[in-house]
Amino acid sequence: MTTIATHDLRLAIGGRTLVRGLDWAAQPGQCWSIIGRNGAGKSTLLRTLAGLQQPDGGAVHIGGRALPAWPLTDLARERAFLAQSRHDAFAYTVLESVLSARHPYHANRYWEGSDDHQVALAALASMDVSELAARDVRTLSGGERQRVAIAALLAQQTPLLLLDEPANALDLAHQVSVMGLLARMCREQNKTVVMIGHDLNLASRISTHVLLLMGDGRWHAGTNEQTMQAALLGDYLGHPIEMIEHHGRRIFIPKEDQA
Amino acid sequence: MQASVPPLRQRATLIIGAMLVLAIATLLFAGMTGSIRVPLSDIPDALRQLASGQPDSLSASLLDLRASRALVAFATGGALALAGLMMQALLRNPLADPYVLGVSSGASVGALLALLFMASALVVDAAALVGAVGVALLLYLLARRDLRGGQAAEGGASMLLLTGVIVSALCGSLVTLMLSIAPEGRLRSMIFWLIGDLAGAPLRLAPWIVLVGALLFAMRSARAMNMVALHAENAVTLGVRVSALRKGLFFVSALLTASAVTSAGSVGFVGLIVPHACRFAFGPDHRVLIPAVVLSGGAFLVLCDTLARTIVAPQQLPVGAITAMIGAPVFLYQLHRLRK
Repeated sequence: MTTIATHDLRLAIGGRTLVRGLDWAAQPGQCWSIIGRNGAGKSTLLRTLAGLQQPDGGAVHIGGRALPAWPLTDLARERAFLAQSRHDAFAYTVLESVLSARHPYHANRYWEGSDDHQVALAALASMDVSELAARDVRTLSGGERQRVAIAALLAQQTPLLLLDEPANALDLAHQVSVMGLLARMCREQNKTVVMIGHDLNLASRISTHVLLLMGDGRWHAGTNEQTMQAALLGDYLGHPIEMIEHHGRRIFIPKEDQA
Repeated sequence: MQASVPPLRQRATLIIGAMLVLAIATLLFAGMTGSIRVPLSDIPDALRQLASGQPDSLSASLLDLRASRALVAFATGGALALAGLMMQALLRNPLADPYVLGVSSGASVGALLALLFMASALVVDAAALVGAVGVALLLYLLARRDLRGGQAAEGGASMLLLTGVIVSALCGSLVTLMLSIAPEGRLRSMIFWLIGDLAGAPLRLAPWIVLVGALLFAMRSARAMNMVALHAENAVTLGVRVSALRKGLFFVSALLTASAVTSAGSVGFVGLIVPHACRFAFGPDHRVLIPAVVLSGGAFLVLCDTLARTIVAPQQLPVGAITAMIGAPVFLYQLHRLRK
């Protein structure tokens, strides 16, 4: 069954069309990367998929049901969303911020149950931030805060995960481990991941599929092998790109200007 | 290190229980203190006489006077503190207070206009209410899009905040205008209204109904308030109806503010420092904060009012002067500690 699909989707901003006629679908077990230049509409698309903003045309379906037809709480058990940035105004603890992701499971209860605490603690452990549980979220470093936010996403336990630049602010080791975890969740738990990223090598290593956005309405979707081609990527990113093979892995590097 | 499951419920019960005891203690203190002291041993008997509607003894009639004033103070303080807490969650700013959007300035314009025309106390209260509700409706019309959320930028509600500040400034200038043209004889009552004064404030049922209704709404929305405080607009993806919650918070806090300033004038600082101090002491979880803030806000104003009527007795001070004198240093201290 299709997890998420768009039908003739049109996105525009300030009168400029970013995406036109997007007919796209993601199946369980697929890990999609959205790649494009700054301002190409990647975040706009992801926010539209999450239901945070209305498309300028067309529709988004999750589990075969159009987004506006979903009750919000039910939908919150189907898809989780990681925002690109966050601003913490209040001194919530790390544990409280992760527990908040359990909201859709007991919106009618006043207190969380111990099962929620178990899920939250497991999510913290998987993001390697267990020892931060009692810390004020405002005192964390950028990378720590990002890992806590991803832990909250995992604690929401949804089949569909939408992530806006999950590798943002993470150090090298955590970039590799977080991406590896996402890829494993697709493979082993049949989850669907749709994420935005700027690192072509990370995307190439873990994505099964790629959606390229040009920013003028054009788009290109396909499997990793079909889309992660130097010429195509260079075209969509606006800079010539070279691909080299190294120990059976494909490495993408920007071409130096021949000045 | 594994954090064990924290006994949230027990902790909350403990905090609320302690605050309840504190609130009752301040009410008793207010009843005992004054030009003639009522000893604690007389209180049960006096309460019995009050309950039977026959305040015969001196203690009973003193308690009658003081208790009704203390109850007005409690409802006012609780309402202001809860309104401040809601406003802070709505604007996602721990430094917001119930007056920041100008609801109380609207009330000031109404009340001062009525005082200028020598209206009766009832008309002054009604005019204050009309002014407060009028400003709230105006704000709602101007910043409707912001409350609805949707496209608003992360953090949101900046449109509402700016609109409120400007409307508040406009009301402030109208107040200044009225003060400058008012005849000498009416200035004193106008100034006391502006500072906030509980002398002669009648004990009414309406502020208590508003407070209890708002408390129920807040407790029902406590979890959603946590979500919005943490995630702003993105709380939608966790199943929270953000726009409905924002509208609710706006209207209920405006109603609380209107009800409080109508009976006591614009008493300052309660709505700012009580939520702030409670958050500092108990953490930012609204499920604990909401009842704690109502109880401590009520207790704080009862205490301040007892000071206001005894500190330079027989002269009576407006309670707003006391809250400001206590509130400003406490706030500065908290702010300073926060920075460290």
